[in-house]
Amino acid sequence: MSTATLHVPSPSEITRPAMAGEKETMVLNLGPNHPSTHGVLRLVVELDGETVVNVAPDIGFLHTGIEKNMEYKTYQKALVMTDRTDYLAPLSNNLGYVLAVEKLLQCDIPLRAQTARVLLTELTRIGSHLVWLGTHALDLAAMSVFLYAFREREQILDIFELVSGARMMTSYFRIGGLAYDLTADFLPTVRRFLEDIPAHIDEYEDLLTHNPLWLERTVGVGVIDADAALAYGLSGANLRASGVSLDMRKLAPYCGYETYDFEIPVGQSGDIYDRYLVRLEEMRQSVRICWEAFKRLEQMGPGPYVTADRKVAPPPKHEITHSMESLIHHFKLWTEGFKVPRGDAYLAIESPRGILGVYVVSDGGPKPYRVHFRAPSFINLQSLPHMAKGGMMADLVALIASMDPVLGEVDR
Amino acid sequence: MAIDNQTVLQRVSSAFPDAVLSSSTFRDDLTVQIAADHLVAVTQFLRDDAELRYVLLENLCGVDYLGREPRFEVVYHLFSLAQVHRLCLKVGVPEEHPHVPSVVEVWPTANWQEREAYDMFGIIFDGHPSLERILMPDDWEGHPQRKDVPLGGEEVAFTFNAEQIYAHKVFAKE
Repeated sequence: MSTATLHVPSPSEITRPAMAGEKETMVLNLGPNHPSTHGVLRLVVELDGETVVNVAPDIGFLHTGIEKNMEYKTYQKALVMTDRTDYLAPLSNNLGYVLAVEKLLQCDIPLRAQTARVLLTELTRIGSHLVWLGTHALDLAAMSVFLYAFREREQILDIFELVSGARMMTSYFRIGGLAYDLTADFLPTVRRFLEDIPAHIDEYEDLLTHNPLWLERTVGVGVIDADAALAYGLSGANLRASGVSLDMRKLAPYCGYETYDFEIPVGQSGDIYDRYLVRLEEMRQSVRICWEAFKRLEQMGPGPYVTADRKVAPPPKHEITHSMESLIHHFKLWTEGFKVPRGDAYLAIESPRGILGVYVVSDGGPKPYRVHFRAPSFINLQSLPHMAKGGMMADLVALIASMDPVLGEVDR
Repeated sequence: MAIDNQTVLQRVSSAFPDAVLSSSTFRDDLTVQIAADHLVAVTQFLRDDAELRYVLLENLCGVDYLGREPRFEVVYHLFSLAQVHRLCLKVGVPEEHPHVPSVVEVWPTANWQEREAYDMFGIIFDGHPSLERILMPDDWEGHPQRKDVPLGGEEVAFTFNAEQIYAHKVFAKE
């Protein structure tokens, strides 16, 4: 495998020769505030007519120092920062972080909490893909898909609100289990949604899959082959569209994913259209996982939703009023936090955007010594120049949308 | 897992007896300390070896262990699709000479991740094609994720004090 030709240009590589007047090409600045860049992404584009010669992403406009901030908070408090990285899939980020800390702690999670985690992260995946689909179609001037997709996403956000009280920044998964028990009307609401959504996905397909305008803009555009995709570290649906079946839910299962029956859709040509098909099929597979988790929850009935280890999870309120020991646990947990064994752990989950890796270093104290996110959007964005080169300027907009970057996660 | 930690470790240490400084297994994950001089050769071997084939560099990040020698550490997480195995490499970086060979030639995905580690910790990756700041502004002084940089050390500019703050910023002097 030759990687010599694969290079990620930095903005100065394009601007410096242009400023010195060494080139005949035109340099165009796109963003950071531009509706098609899906956040605050700045692109320095080198153009020959309408053909993209080179493009360099310039990022960091949304950098908020989340990793640094987390070092100054206890493990429980640092959790709320994870919602703010990939704000379209907050529960996936919660999951990655809590699993990494739980790996260090080696604590056991009740089966009910695990199943609820699977159900909710799959709903997150559907919700995130709906935003991608809506905005992607909107960028290619298909307004109605956006309205349909956001209608269904609304139902998912309602479910999140039902369980956590928040629609976007949920922080619902806690170290040791869940923040609160699932509410009584949780399962009926989920059932309604799961019954509705397959027909809606068919509806999106009717609007786009055989639409000549859509095909014109997506087929054969922004192609990346499997070797290059792996070399650039591409992951998620972007990689699978190029024909590599890499999904952490299958390769390194967590939360009992190995017990669920689902398939990993894989594309062939690695173009925008294949990414579209792969994501749509992923939504269908997520619905399948959701149904299975739903049935398990229904069978299980009420039960513990958080670990019984009082050193990690706070005791329930009614215990605090009766037991001195519980009161002490409660007090210690919310003033000092819990101590995590010295060491480091890396854990990767499959977020809607790809491999979300969380690396946590503990010095034995109640605050993480270092937290690092292997943010899929950040890594995926590196392959944008490779895909855009030689294409048209208008296709660049379609390309950004098809890669589905979330700038909050890119910049952290 | 198709391949166990012991086999991987044996293969690496028999191919590069000088490169492997130490190894440990924590929570079933294998971590190997590598000497910085041998890093590129070891990573190339790990990527191309017919049995191991760690084609994906999953994660690369810096860690600052202030007060420890060497102060910094660069952590690499490699993933092998063929073996479904994850390997962690660590390279110590001394404070007075914070240089590590770049692995961009081996895995192009290291490009931005090394830029981030440079930006946040000031670790210099020798051989990187364009080692520039990536998340922080180009004129920012220092490396924010170092442990001796305080949280909230950056003054926030409001309308009433913006002029005062910008007066001692680098970009204002140009």
